[in-house]
Amino acid sequence: MTFELFFEQLLNGVQLGVMLFLLAAGLTLVLGIMNMVNLAHGSLYMIGAYFAITVTQWSGSYLLGVLAGLAGTLVVGMAVEGIALRTLYERDHLDHVLATFGLILFFNELVAILWGRFALFASLPSYLQGHLALFGDVRYPLYRAVVIVVGLLVAVLLWYMVTRTRLGMLIRAGASNRTMVAALGINIRLLYTVVFGFGAALAGLAGLMAGQIYTVQPGMGELILIQVFVVIVIGGIGSVRGALVGALIVGIVDTMGRAFLKPLLSTLLSTYAADTAGPALASMLIYLLMALVLALRPAGLFPARG
Amino acid sequence: MRRYLFWGAVILLLAALPPLAMALGKGFYIDLVRRIMIFGIAAISLNLILGYGGMVSFGHAAYLGVGGYAVAIFAFYGFNNGFLQWGVAIAGSALVALAIGAVSIRTSGIYFIMITLAFTQMLYYLGISIEEYGGDDGIRLKTRSQFPLVDLADGVQFYYVVLLLMLGAVYLTHRIVNSRFGMVLRATKSNEARSRAIGFSPYPYRLAAFVIAGAMGGLAGALLANHTNYLTPDFMHWTRSGEIMFMVILGGMATSAGPLLGASAFLLLEDVLSGWTEHWQVILGPLLVLSVLFFKRGLAGLLAKHD
Repeated sequence: MTFELFFEQLLNGVQLGVMLFLLAAGLTLVLGIMNMVNLAHGSLYMIGAYFAITVTQWSGSYLLGVLAGLAGTLVVGMAVEGIALRTLYERDHLDHVLATFGLILFFNELVAILWGRFALFASLPSYLQGHLALFGDVRYPLYRAVVIVVGLLVAVLLWYMVTRTRLGMLIRAGASNRTMVAALGINIRLLYTVVFGFGAALAGLAGLMAGQIYTVQPGMGELILIQVFVVIVIGGIGSVRGALVGALIVGIVDTMGRAFLKPLLSTLLSTYAADTAGPALASMLIYLLMALVLALRPAGLFPARG
Repeated sequence: MRRYLFWGAVILLLAALPPLAMALGKGFYIDLVRRIMIFGIAAISLNLILGYGGMVSFGHAAYLGVGGYAVAIFAFYGFNNGFLQWGVAIAGSALVALAIGAVSIRTSGIYFIMITLAFTQMLYYLGISIEEYGGDDGIRLKTRSQFPLVDLADGVQFYYVVLLLMLGAVYLTHRIVNSRFGMVLRATKSNEARSRAIGFSPYPYRLAAFVIAGAMGGLAGALLANHTNYLTPDFMHWTRSGEIMFMVILGGMATSAGPLLGASAFLLLEDVLSGWTEHWQVILGPLLVLSVLFFKRGLAGLLAKHD
């Protein structure tokens, strides 16, 4: 194992973590403030990817595609909230799960009808191609580096918004006592719609950036969504800071596990055993981590104070 | 009295189906109804923890997978004894349920949903990554489980075995729910604080119910693997968990007939819609949302109202 390889995989882990964070941040806000389980969050991620690719191909401009992905998921998110989810806030979690499960089936199939079931491939504009020379022999794909930077910028922005602005104050207040916030004359419905749309746009951002790294196909959202759940359980529901830490941990552990667990095991076990156990253990690693965290801290690493 | 009439009619109808279907030359229906009854068992077991215990487990497909793998792996090594295969399927899923339950029942609400989902996904990935047993593609059963006296390779005999087991599951659940244990379980659902106050800590009761439901789910998995003659990690796919949950809700939670009605309605709907269009899920999805919004009591509630 060379240092270069190790470092590159570490960065890949951070990059996955950043993606997970963008999804987890929106989801954890919705969970925390509205006490609502939204399985369809992954669908918004998928829609972001499809919108961005389609508009990029149609217009020839990557930036237009990015804008379309963001605006599109914002609109779809707010529409979904207004049409289907708004009536569910008063219901229990079971109803949330089932209704949003229905939405997932609908969106996945709709995308399959409109774009087909086959994987789409997104191209990158020339200015995002190539590698970045970091130090020594370490080179890293420019695009993945951009993803990391964008994700960290969003994290800073979110931190500022939640802790330093009026909107953030309302969000925190809504999370701890929504009845009181409404009684103080805040339009809590509008606040919910805004938060939901904002979370949707973050999911769309993750989706449109994922297009160039992972395959874009119906059902892509749920593959990552379940990892996002692990992130939220580890980080603690409703906590953006928890989402960031959890996402980075999950991203790095998952990536490093897949890259190095097999060679590591083969120094201890026979090659055959390592070949079998390595991938199996690597794919289970983040879930075992989740179980460990739950055993020690049932409310996650950074429980939001309610 | 009415309940005996209902179950009498159900048993008569299901028992009469194979000869009727054969006479009409529609042997296909034997297969379909057998599938419905197998998923019925899975839904009955989920209903025990979801309907009566109030635990929203989004990972019930895990036990279908464990049960299925128990059968397929023994068959892979040439052990076809049904008692061995099904015994391990039931015991294995009970153990898995014990492990998952021990961690997840410590939490509640949203956490519980996400954790059961995540652990099931873990098992799904485990299934995919083990190349020995077919990985992604799954594994074919060369022969169905072998028992003395009955031959599961015969579709009709297998049908009656499934029917008996399903009725057994209904009866067992009925007995459990109305036992002292079941009353405590239902009490923890309706008011946790009060059940604590009268001296019942919910955790062991919930965990025990979770394990029983897992074991029953494992049996359904063993049956399903025999039914399809094939096992893939897709047995444990998270959409499967969602479907079983939908069956329980559609049929009516915390009723004995609900899970069966739900499984019938769901699988018949799937059969009709998928015969109609390849994109049947685009119709099923909104139907699901609508049924959650407007059809709270389920099919069993509908029956009860019109009785």
